[in-house]
Amino acid sequence: MNILVCVKQVPDTTEIKIDPETNTLIRAGVPSIVNPFDTYALEVAARLKDSIGGSKVTVMAMGPEQAKAALKECLSVGADQAYLVSGREFGGSDTLATSYVLSCAVKAVEEKSGENFDIIFCGKQAIDGDTGQVGPELAEHLGYPQITYASDVTFENDTIKVKRENDEGYDYLTCPLPCVITIVKTPYEPRYATIKSKMAANRAVIPTLSAEDLKIDTTMCGLKGSPTKVKKTFTPVREKHGIKIEDKEAADAAKELVDMLSDAKIL
Amino acid sequence: MAFEEYKNLWVVIETEEGKAKNVGFELLTPGRQLADQQGEKLVAVVIGKDIEAEAKKAIAHGADQAIVVEGYEYFNYNTDAFSYALEQLIKKYKPSTVLIGATNNGRDMGPRVACRIKTGLTADCTGLGIDEESGNIAWTRPAFGGNLMATILCPNTRPQMGTVRPGVFKKSIPDESRQGEIIHEDIHIPAEDIKVKLMERMKEVAEAVNLEEAEIIVSGGRGLGKPENFSYIRDLAAALGGAVGASRAAVDAGWIPHAHQVGQTGKTVAPKIYIACGISGAIQHLAGMSGSDTIIAINKDPDAPIFEVADYGIVGNLFDVIPALVEEIKKRKQG
Repeated sequence: MNILVCVKQVPDTTEIKIDPETNTLIRAGVPSIVNPFDTYALEVAARLKDSIGGSKVTVMAMGPEQAKAALKECLSVGADQAYLVSGREFGGSDTLATSYVLSCAVKAVEEKSGENFDIIFCGKQAIDGDTGQVGPELAEHLGYPQITYASDVTFENDTIKVKRENDEGYDYLTCPLPCVITIVKTPYEPRYATIKSKMAANRAVIPTLSAEDLKIDTTMCGLKGSPTKVKKTFTPVREKHGIKIEDKEAADAAKELVDMLSDAKIL
Repeated sequence: MAFEEYKNLWVVIETEEGKAKNVGFELLTPGRQLADQQGEKLVAVVIGKDIEAEAKKAIAHGADQAIVVEGYEYFNYNTDAFSYALEQLIKKYKPSTVLIGATNNGRDMGPRVACRIKTGLTADCTGLGIDEESGNIAWTRPAFGGNLMATILCPNTRPQMGTVRPGVFKKSIPDESRQGEIIHEDIHIPAEDIKVKLMERMKEVAEAVNLEEAEIIVSGGRGLGKPENFSYIRDLAAALGGAVGASRAAVDAGWIPHAHQVGQTGKTVAPKIYIACGISGAIQHLAGMSGSDTIIAINKDPDAPIFEVADYGIVGNLFDVIPALVEEIKKRKQG
């Protein structure tokens, strides 16, 4: 099985703080990480590789040169090779433009290697943009079927079986290959790197694919190629002056709360 | 692109097994306002099986018109069939705006369709308005795990599309006397183009996990200490007729399945009452529940960030407070 995992390098949003003076995000010093959902996607891919002989896992990221650090991390935990898709032309791309660039990169890598990907994995969403749109839009650009919000993927009797979360439980789905699958948090944790795998990943040469390499229509990427435009950004106001019951016995506190709730016609 | 050809505001009413989800009706509320401001019709698009009654409900909740697409292939959600139907409708009727509920299925279909017709889609919006300068829809949404809000426009392509978070807007009180036209469209994707097949459907029957539709949610976190202590949460949920939620810490510890998780990596909920027990209130958790009408926090740490978003809070030991609450609620019910 020839597997591709699309990953994104993102700021660790759990480390982001708001500057109380300017009310803006403090991004300086926030570590860059592999988008957590992409690490789950990579683990699903690596498990498939382990279970099917002769399989290979490729990772691909779109971003600046620094994103190679994220790709190296992937190489240390199950990926066999990596590509960076990078160029000024891609800056400011929204989900439609990003997925277009990635679809061109998929075709370029397939052409170069002479092998087509059977499954393309993405995380369900990146934790910075939180859109979850690049996976399905990539599938549409490629004309492949898609399964989103999957928590597990197995391969038996030449058929993939995908466990997908729905609002009330989950579905088991199947589809023909090639396809695009987006991954939620898996019931298992991604594997750890070993010293040996880290050293090997550090030595790896990661080719960069430019707009020219992709023979891309540059009017369809970057800000120009993005139908959505950010009008403004602001930090959310979180100012609630709630009522806090403190230093009371549990029974008294409970009674006071239920009284207030029924007075306010909430209960 | 000839913008004047594109008119009317659409709300896609998501259905499953012939029943509409709440979020579709919720979106008719801001949809009505925006359509009135723009001088457009509000149109409900209902794709499903045996959904005539749901189309009528959409009219009662404020739609001027409903477009109904009916067929066996729409009994359960399927990316290929639903995307095809919506694409065909958009191409025929040319709406100016399309609102879709930001459920898993809505966020599966939205990008598929937006990409096919090469237009902009704004994900998981929590605010809708009109940009005064340009007259475009102003889509407001959280990013960076709720740390930042962004307002997005789609100025150069039509329709403007967005998925909108469930629970943010309230359903209007239905007016059964409202009249509206129901249009039937016969759209069927060629069978061989349905690529994704449903093999088996598993409902979580053990307890109500349909958090997105629940009116009351009681959630437990790290403060519970061990999996057995979720019984406290279940007791309170049962007393209130609510569903059980959990923080990421409790799910990661393996105390409760992921289906119960509220927050950035779990479900986004906005019930009438959200009770957070033993949850400190990390920003990722707040991102998933801060839209609730009334937030109640029970935590022994008076400085826990959860109290910053709570309308009511009890500082105390949850193992004492919850049983006292359960008793108090039961007493009132009898009285």
